[in-house]
Amino acid sequence: MATTATPADRSAPELVAPRSPQRRTKPGAAKVRSNFELYAWVFMRISGLLLFFLVLGHLFIMNILDGGVQRVNFGFVAGRWASPFWRMWDLIMLLLAELHGTNGLRTVINDYAERAQTRFWLKMLLYTSAFLVVTLGTLVIFTFDPDL
Amino acid sequence: MPKAPAGTLYRGREGMWSWVAHRITGVLVFFFLFAHVLDTALVRVSPSSYNEVIEVYKSPIVNLLEVGLVAAVLFHALNGIRIILIDFWESGPKYQKQMLYIEIVLFVVLLVPAAYRMLLHTAETLFGSAT
Repeated sequence: MATTATPADRSAPELVAPRSPQRRTKPGAAKVRSNFELYAWVFMRISGLLLFFLVLGHLFIMNILDGGVQRVNFGFVAGRWASPFWRMWDLIMLLLAELHGTNGLRTVINDYAERAQTRFWLKMLLYTSAFLVVTLGTLVIFTFDPDL
Repeated sequence: MPKAPAGTLYRGREGMWSWVAHRITGVLVFFFLFAHVLDTALVRVSPSSYNEVIEVYKSPIVNLLEVGLVAAVLFHALNGIRIILIDFWESGPKYQKQMLYIEIVLFVVLLVPAAYRMLLHTAETLFGSAT
């Protein structure tokens, strides 16, 4: 959106020193550079390290330990979720995995979707699904009723 | 094929292909997670609807797909550790290829017994017990 031109706006562009960092904001606008990408990068590594143990542990218990998936049913889930430890395990794993995966897919969309509209709608779809998964999953862990 | 210029860890050969595999396995696991949270949410609906859907996981073909899932997660997990080492260990970039070979060995060593344990029941159902 163009603002009303004042004589000051028509002055020659400011010459910056060679190799000075690229300015991403419009000249005159408040400088709003965020470190979001840096924090996202750090988050991927920290959550990845935690998920290494949480997810591989989960897969080992659910698919390999005595009988694997063949023994999984409602009663089995009720037995596990009777313990706050496994509820917390599953909750932390759910939140970290969904955020880790959402940020991963955000990167993938940014890399391959070239049209601005496509990027926008794919990311909206991604964030909506992430919100749904986190909300539903958290709700299920907290409101689980073994006597259902 | 032209030789990749020095210092481009993510261009060509081990560095690039492990990156490609990391992406593909990551996207696959993400989509599975979506389905998995929905199927687990059935414990809030009724025990029978949960049990019914979990039966699908026990069927032979889906059981085989689960081995694929475990393989994808295992690769992504091991390669993730390699990425962390590349980024934070000072000799990481220098040894990235060697780390990938170690990773592949670990992947096979861990996946083979896991796949055996996971498929044993299905194999016995389909072909009868070995004992």
